[in-house]
Amino acid sequence: MPRYFARKLLIYALTFVLAVTIDWLIPRFMPGDPIANMLARVSVNTNAAQVMHDYYAHVFGLDLPLWRQYLNFWGRLLQGDLGISLYLFPTPVTQVIARALPYDILLLVPAILLSWFAGNRFGALAARNRWLDNVVSPVAYLFTAMPYMWLAILLAWYLGLVLGILPIAGAYAFSLHPAWSAAFGLSLLQHWFLPFLSLFLVGFGGQAIGMRNLIIYELEADYARYLEALGAPQRLVRKHAFGNAMLPQITGLALALGVVVAGALVTEVVFSYPGIGSLLLAAIQRQDYFLIQGCFLFIIIGVLLGNFIVDIAYVVLDPRTRRGMTGEPA
Amino acid sequence: MSLSVQELRVYYQTLHGEVRALDGVSFSIADGEIMGLAGESGCGKTTLGYSLVRLSPPRRLVSGRAVLDGEELPLGDPDAMRRFGWKGVSIVPQFAMSALNPRRRIGGMIAELLAARKLRYLELLPELERRLDLVRLPAAVLAMYPFELSGGMRQRMVLVLSTLLNPSLLVADEVTSALDVSIQRAVAQLLAEFRDRGLVKSMLVITHDLAVLYQIADTIAVMYAGKLVEKASADVIIRAPRHPYTRLLISSLPEIGARHARCRLKGIPGQPPSLLNPPLGCRFRARCPAVSDQCGEEPPLREVAAGHQVACWQQPC
Ligand SMILES: Nc1ncnc2c1ncn2[C@@H]1O[C@H](COP(=O)(O)OP(=O)(O)OP(=O)(O)O)[C@@H](O)[C@H]1O
Ligand code: SF4
Ligand SMILES: [Mg+2]
Repeated sequence: MPRYFARKLLIYALTFVLAVTIDWLIPRFMPGDPIANMLARVSVNTNAAQVMHDYYAHVFGLDLPLWRQYLNFWGRLLQGDLGISLYLFPTPVTQVIARALPYDILLLVPAILLSWFAGNRFGALAARNRWLDNVVSPVAYLFTAMPYMWLAILLAWYLGLVLGILPIAGAYAFSLHPAWSAAFGLSLLQHWFLPFLSLFLVGFGGQAIGMRNLIIYELEADYARYLEALGAPQRLVRKHAFGNAMLPQITGLALALGVVVAGALVTEVVFSYPGIGSLLLAAIQRQDYFLIQGCFLFIIIGVLLGNFIVDIAYVVLDPRTRRGMTGEPA
Repeated sequence: MSLSVQELRVYYQTLHGEVRALDGVSFSIADGEIMGLAGESGCGKTTLGYSLVRLSPPRRLVSGRAVLDGEELPLGDPDAMRRFGWKGVSIVPQFAMSALNPRRRIGGMIAELLAARKLRYLELLPELERRLDLVRLPAAVLAMYPFELSGGMRQRMVLVLSTLLNPSLLVADEVTSALDVSIQRAVAQLLAEFRDRGLVKSMLVITHDLAVLYQIADTIAVMYAGKLVEKASADVIIRAPRHPYTRLLISSLPEIGARHARCRLKGIPGQPPSLLNPPLGCRFRARCPAVSDQCGEEPPLREVAAGHQVACWQQPC
């Protein structure tokens, strides 16, 4: 068991180093000059611009040879310093991300968890109830098959514009400022609902269909047929099938939670929601090296963590993986 | 009389139509009898065995009835059949190697099955361990997961589990086929031992391997394309078969077939007919060396001697 985890941890460490290196490389190979971009917004004459360009290049360490930049990057990273945002200069990247992250967590964690619970519940019911199957499954297919963008826009159009009961943009009313007040909380909730609903519906559809198909597949499995042949009550056979079908669903949940930090780009664009997704988009548009790197770093950590949780969950839930732990390659 | 089956017809519903896998089969098995069921792959052996346990889609009961120990089996109603499963008719399925849920410890799964019948695992545990010993499995397997056992061990585990409640009838479907020859004999012997000890009242042993049946079966029924073509005591089937198909089967056995060197035929040329649209008349007609005009009509299963039934118009040799 310890050897199994030691090997896993080594693999995760290597993956992390590689992913962070790619993270560092990507913005540097993007076309364009971020400092020139930043200076273009303050109109100065060409001479002064050259001086300022050199100055900022020095401040950001962009005048050093690439290998030094790379080492500096790791050095700062290990101290928790992700640099300073170019486009929101001089706010540190960690602060910019910390401001956006709560919105993602508030939006995505409930959407993922609730759609997962409700979807699996309904999927399991649909697998045993023909009537429910005929009603829920087509609706679930509709939600997952429809391009998400359409669904989001349709919801915004109908609930926001036609019925006019929900605001369609932003995380809170423009007239308010973040504060611990009831008025702000209510506004937050109102703005939260539409993006939440869109994510919930899509997640629900996917989970329900997945669970339904998994259970039907499990009920066809040899062990289920043998239990039935021995006269086991339907309840017992379903219990076995449900337990086995849950395994891939739990994996899916851990992976989905892992990428919460990546935000939900399309949702945030459609509903102008200020999460990491829209932050990353803005950072790429403005070639903000450090912000892009910072966002990706969080995504990398989230994905690796999600995978690690899956690994642990499998050890607990699936006895077959435990055999691979005696040391021979799994 | 332990089991009697009359005119059993079971079809598979498929997109192309009905596959007539079992087309009017009648037989009976006496108390303490081991009846063997032989025939080429695809002739309907598994369909017959499984139909006595659980007949669920795509299998469909078209006609027929089965009486076990004087009580009619509700073949067409899978829910009502639950009551007979395990204790009345039990099965070691053809897929025994994968019949146990890989994610459950074997003992725990058995306890759950027993609890569903209001039986206590701990009360049955001594008997369970005794029977594991009988098939040479250590009691430790109960704490293991199925994937920790070899294929042969899993098969013996399923044999013990299926017979734990001393069923009236055990359907043993190809229990020896996946094993190597030396173990085949031991497992076949084990089946006979289960009967001799009274752990199972009677048995339907399905296999395409006549040598195994000759070793343990009292009677042998031979199937061809969804029908019984011959049934008699094991000795008669092996030494003096009447049906042309049985003769061809026997002659393909190396050591026993040597007795029929005179009318020996090489293999069985041709393929069995499709059961989707089986031909009229005798289903063996296209491959039969003794075919005549009469064979355009279907031959009934007739008693030609005491306890010997044959479905063929000719009675050669
Ligand atoms: N699920 C199914 N759907 C349609 N047809 C089927 C199905 N299962 C079996 N059949 C058909 O029913 C016939 C009998 O099958 P069965 O499994 O009973 O044969 P078998 O005698 O047990 O063969 P084997 O010796 O290979 O196990 C075959 O022709 C097969 O094609
Ligand atoms: S009935 Fe005719 S075709 Fe059929 S087995 Fe007998 S001789 Fe052959
Ligand atoms: Mg079979």
